[in-house]
Amino acid sequence: MEKGVLIPNLFKTEYRKIISVLCNLFGLAHIEIAEDITNDTFLLASETWGQKGVPENPKAWLYTVAKNKTKDYLKRHQNFTKKITPEIKATQSNFEELNVDLSEENITDSQLQMMFTICNDVIPSDAQIGLALRILCGFGIEEIAEAFFTNKQTINKRLFRAKEKLRSANIKIEFPNKKEIESRLNNVLTTIYLLFNEGYYSSSKNHTLKKELCIEAMRLIYLLIQNKTSNLPACNALLSLMCFQSSRFDSRMDENGKYLLYFNQNKQNWNKDLIVKGEYYLNKSAIGNEITKYHLEARIAFWHSRESDTIEKWENVLQLYNQLLQIQYSPIIALNRTYALSKANGKEIAIQEALKIDLKHNHFYHSLIAELYNGIDKDRHIEHLKKAIHLTQNKTSKEILTNKLKKSADSNGNRCIST
Amino acid sequence: MKEFMMIFRSEPKAWENLSPEQMQNSTKKWQDWIGGIAAQEKFVSTNRLGFSGKTMKPNNVIIDGPYTELKEIVGGYMIVKAKNLDDAILMAKGCPTIDIGGHVEVRDVMEINL
Repeated sequence: MEKGVLIPNLFKTEYRKIISVLCNLFGLAHIEIAEDITNDTFLLASETWGQKGVPENPKAWLYTVAKNKTKDYLKRHQNFTKKITPEIKATQSNFEELNVDLSEENITDSQLQMMFTICNDVIPSDAQIGLALRILCGFGIEEIAEAFFTNKQTINKRLFRAKEKLRSANIKIEFPNKKEIESRLNNVLTTIYLLFNEGYYSSSKNHTLKKELCIEAMRLIYLLIQNKTSNLPACNALLSLMCFQSSRFDSRMDENGKYLLYFNQNKQNWNKDLIVKGEYYLNKSAIGNEITKYHLEARIAFWHSRESDTIEKWENVLQLYNQLLQIQYSPIIALNRTYALSKANGKEIAIQEALKIDLKHNHFYHSLIAELYNGIDKDRHIEHLKKAIHLTQNKTSKEILTNKLKKSADSNGNRCIST
Repeated sequence: MKEFMMIFRSEPKAWENLSPEQMQNSTKKWQDWIGGIAAQEKFVSTNRLGFSGKTMKPNNVIIDGPYTELKEIVGGYMIVKAKNLDDAILMAKGCPTIDIGGHVEVRDVMEINL
C-alpha cells in the first residue's frame, strides 16, 4: 500500500513549499489567499489521483496546478490583483507572465523568510509554534490540535488571531540583514526549541506525531544552518542538543509503550548516529565567544549521552548547570542542578541546598528530596515521596513514585501505606 | 523582593600564592556557591574584577593601582534578590572569599525613579 504512505508525506512536504512561496509572493496581508490556493491544489490532487491514480511526477503535477490556480485567481479577482500588483511587480518584471517560482532555491528562501516572519514576539509563542507547524511544516489543523492537546476550533481561532496580529503590526516577509540577524534569530531559535520540546515532552500518546514534531524542529534548524548568514554558533548548538536528545527518543519506551526513566533505559538502544551528529554540531558551535543556553544544554546532553556514571561527568554537568542558571532560571534546571550537586559533592550538601529552594508545590521538588534522603533518613524519604504522589497529576509519574514507596515500606516490615 | 549588592573584599596576596589546582578549586567553589543562589531564583548578575587598575584623585591626579592605601581590594561583586537585608546577609554564608580571610559587604541597591 505504497500510496497510503506516499500521499500524506508528499502532501506535507509539498504543502509547506507551495504555501511559503505563495505567502512570499502575495505578502503577509493575503496569507489566507495563499492558504486557499494551496488547499485547493491539494484537494484537486486527492480527488484526481483517487480516480485516475497518482501521476508519474506528482511533484510537477502539484506545481503546475498551483501555478495555474494562482493565475486563475488573479484573473478572476481583478481588484485584488490591482491591489497586490505593485507588490508583485517589484519582484516580477512581467506580470502577464507571472512566474510562481517553485525552484528549490526560491522555496528555501521563502521558507527562511517565513520563518523570521512567523517567529515574531508580537504574537504569543504557542501561536508562533502553531503557525510554524501550519506554514513551515505543512501540518493539518487536526494534527496541530492533537499536538497541543486541544480542538480544531481553538487552533483555528489561535492561528486566525495570530495572522491578524502579524498583519496589523505590519510585519514584512523578509530575511533580516546581517546586523539584525542575531537578535531576530533568538526568537526563531526559541520557537524551534519549544516546537522540539512539544514533541519530546508532550504527554500526547501519539508517538509518531511526537517524533514528527521533533524531526520538523530539526529540519528547520538545518535550514538555518544551510544558509551562510544564519549559520551561527547558537544554531549549531541547538541542533547538537536536539541530536543528543532524540538519540534516546525510541529507547524511552518499553515494549508496552510505557515510559522509561533515563536510568532504566537500555543504552544499547540509543541511536549512535545521532550521538555522532550531536558531537559534530557541538564542535561546530564552539566558535566565537558567545555562550548561549543552547551551548550549555547541548554540553549537558553530551555528558548524558555517555554511558558511564563517573565523578568527572557529574562535576562537568554540575558546572554547566551552575552556568545555565546564571543565564536563565527555571524550576526544572534548579532541581536538575541540585541532583548533579548530590552526585558531584555528596547527598548531605545537596540536601542543605535543596531545602533552601522554595518549590514546595512542585512534585518534582519532593521527588528529588525523597531521592536525596534515600539511604540517609527513611522517614523523610517516605514523607517526601508521599507529598510528591499527592501533588503529581501525571499518571506515569504517580505509578513510578507509588512503586518506590511500596519498595521503601516493604523493606521496613511494620510500616503501612496510606495512599 | 529587593536587590542587594554583595561586594567581595580580600587581600590581593591571598590570590598570588595559589597553585593552578587551587585556582581551579577556587573557581569550583565560587561557581557552586553562585549556582546555589541561582537555584533559589535569587541571582541577578555578577562580575569578577582583575588586578590591574588606576585611581583618579582630585586635581586630575592619577595613581597606579587601587590598593596603595588599602590592604584589601574589591575582587568582585554580585547582585542578588532578597526579601530584606537580613535575608541577604545570610546568603553570604558560604562565600569562598570568607575562606581566604576576606569578607562580604552587603548593601541595598537604591531604586531611583526619574
